[in-house]
Amino acid sequence: MRQNRITSRFEALKEEGRAGLITYVMAGDPDVETAFEILKGLPAAGADLIELGFPFSDPMAEGPPIQRAALRALKAGMTLRGTLDLVRRFRVNDQTTPIILMGYTNPVLTYGFGPFAADAAAAGVDGLIIVDSPPEEAAELSDALDVAGISLIRLTAPTTDDKRLETVVKRTSGFVYYVSVAGVTGVKEADAATVAPAVARVRKASNLPVAVGFGIKTPERAAAVARVADAVVVGSALVEEIASAAATDSLAAPKVLASVAALAQAVRMARLDVSVT
Amino acid sequence: MNAQSPNDYSAYPDANGRFGDYGGRYVAETLMPLVLDLGQAYEDAKNDPAFHAEMSGYMTHYVGRPSPLYFAERLTQHFGGAKIYFKRDELNHTGAHKINNCIGQILLARRMGKTRIIAETGAGQHGVATATVCARFGYPCIVYMGATDVERQKPNVFRMNLLGAEVRPVTSGTGTLKDAMNEAMRDWVTNVDDTYYIIGTAAGPHPYPAMVRDFQSVIGTEARAQMLEREGRLPDAVVACIGGGSNAIGLFHPFLADENVRLIGVEAAGHGLSTGMHAASLTGGRPGVLHGNKTYLLQDDDGQIIDAHSISAGLDYPGIGPEHSWLHDVGRAQYVSATDQEALDAFQLCSQLEGIIPALEPAHALARVGDVAKELGKDGIVLMNLCGRGDKDIFTVAEALGSRL
Repeated sequence: MRQNRITSRFEALKEEGRAGLITYVMAGDPDVETAFEILKGLPAAGADLIELGFPFSDPMAEGPPIQRAALRALKAGMTLRGTLDLVRRFRVNDQTTPIILMGYTNPVLTYGFGPFAADAAAAGVDGLIIVDSPPEEAAELSDALDVAGISLIRLTAPTTDDKRLETVVKRTSGFVYYVSVAGVTGVKEADAATVAPAVARVRKASNLPVAVGFGIKTPERAAAVARVADAVVVGSALVEEIASAAATDSLAAPKVLASVAALAQAVRMARLDVSVT
Repeated sequence: MNAQSPNDYSAYPDANGRFGDYGGRYVAETLMPLVLDLGQAYEDAKNDPAFHAEMSGYMTHYVGRPSPLYFAERLTQHFGGAKIYFKRDELNHTGAHKINNCIGQILLARRMGKTRIIAETGAGQHGVATATVCARFGYPCIVYMGATDVERQKPNVFRMNLLGAEVRPVTSGTGTLKDAMNEAMRDWVTNVDDTYYIIGTAAGPHPYPAMVRDFQSVIGTEARAQMLEREGRLPDAVVACIGGGSNAIGLFHPFLADENVRLIGVEAAGHGLSTGMHAASLTGGRPGVLHGNKTYLLQDDDGQIIDAHSISAGLDYPGIGPEHSWLHDVGRAQYVSATDQEALDAFQLCSQLEGIIPALEPAHALARVGDVAKELGKDGIVLMNLCGRGDKDIFTVAEALGSRL
């Protein structure tokens, strides 16, 4: 089996001595072609890994920005199949940037766990995050993903105690995603002071890299988290830019990619000059 | 008693919160520890006689239980078949069965040391019941309600405000009950330390489906005993309407082991099943995952949830409690449907023949009771849960009938 792109990327980051930037955008937001243009431009703008949301009508753990992004994507006709098409097109020119799909159980269940895992692997998907699939409900999905060689990446939260952490990291691969605030995406701001001990706690339970997300909006905040975590996830802030560009009929792709570049710069510099905060 | 007979229907859910393949705990990791805690707290309360004694006191003196079992003589004559009985849960305090569950959950919230209560509501009946118990027990209460429903159900919004609750209109998604439930979940995940979420129907992550069922089972337990006393035998069929299915499961559950008693759930067929504008998850949906449980859902080919439609806001939900999905699959209960028009006809019939204005929800059940009564014939007995009174629906009904209030 080929070396997993997620593992390779984190090994490379470790060698460079810096944290990675993971960017989240929603497939089909604001429309299919603009979303593809953004996706295509992310690696050059400085995204080390890509989280690609696939829309669901009832995204229980999302704040307003990503809820609205899902509605825009659904209106644009985006589906889980359509999301895999975007990944397939992306892979024509990029064989190395890891892509992780993120969403909710029902579209994947509807597709069928086995067929989905096979099609996703063939399209070039490396990992999957399913928000509403805790370990207790995930055995069947995990089996299907194992067969296809796709990593199941789990979320851990401030409410996850040490004992439960063991359950959560079992059958997790690629990396562990630490949700830095108790809440939905893009509302509360992550507190860098509480992130460090939390990341240490996750590292004690797992040897996998730890990415931190939910509530990281600015380059400054991203840099602060990049000093203590293996990767920083930014989502709602980018999705908001897509929304405002779409609302004013301006071009979303260059705007979002410029923001990604600023975030990437901050993440890359974070550990070089610790004195600047 | 470890061995379960194959038809020990009341032995579910299992330890994982499953009714067969349905149910479970499909929630974000942030909520998982809370849901597990709640499961433990409920188990403890269930095994504590003091909890039951306290609940029973409020049921008697605050809710007004037991509710009567009433022989609907003129409707029986009208249909010319089996004897029709109503379980009068519309006579409860706040006018519907919803209060049974709210009493149980507020006592549990207090036991758990929670200090803030949230709830979702569609028509507003569960919101009113939650606001009521929060007033009675002194808790701040926030009710999430779809913006469309806030507009449609103004009297209930005002009632909740009078009771001291804050009603938050939900504009996300399509602004209906399912979105109100999403928003309540989002609140819960944000306020993990102090907040208790009172879910109004027998759905959501485990333990809610089992817990709400247990609190609502007072309906069936009373009705079963009252029927035995009155008729010296069990009914041939029991009938209830189904949105999420809490009044139906409360009525059905104590009859599960009585295999000669037919259990009939009536879903809302809206404009008709063939139009796609309905709320009949079992008849017109397929299994999927929403709001923390696996169950039958109205959804498209991509797994996106489709909005339900019903003239009754209380049945306007694209899912159904997981125990109903299971009872449907194993064939213990039978699920049929009634259209908006059939419910409106039954609403008027009941008002005119029995002097009881039913809510639009049980009017759906009543729309099928006539068929069942005729099928059973004169020697039969059919029991229907009249789960709510219709005062809240007079504006909707007036509009449907073309009169202006």
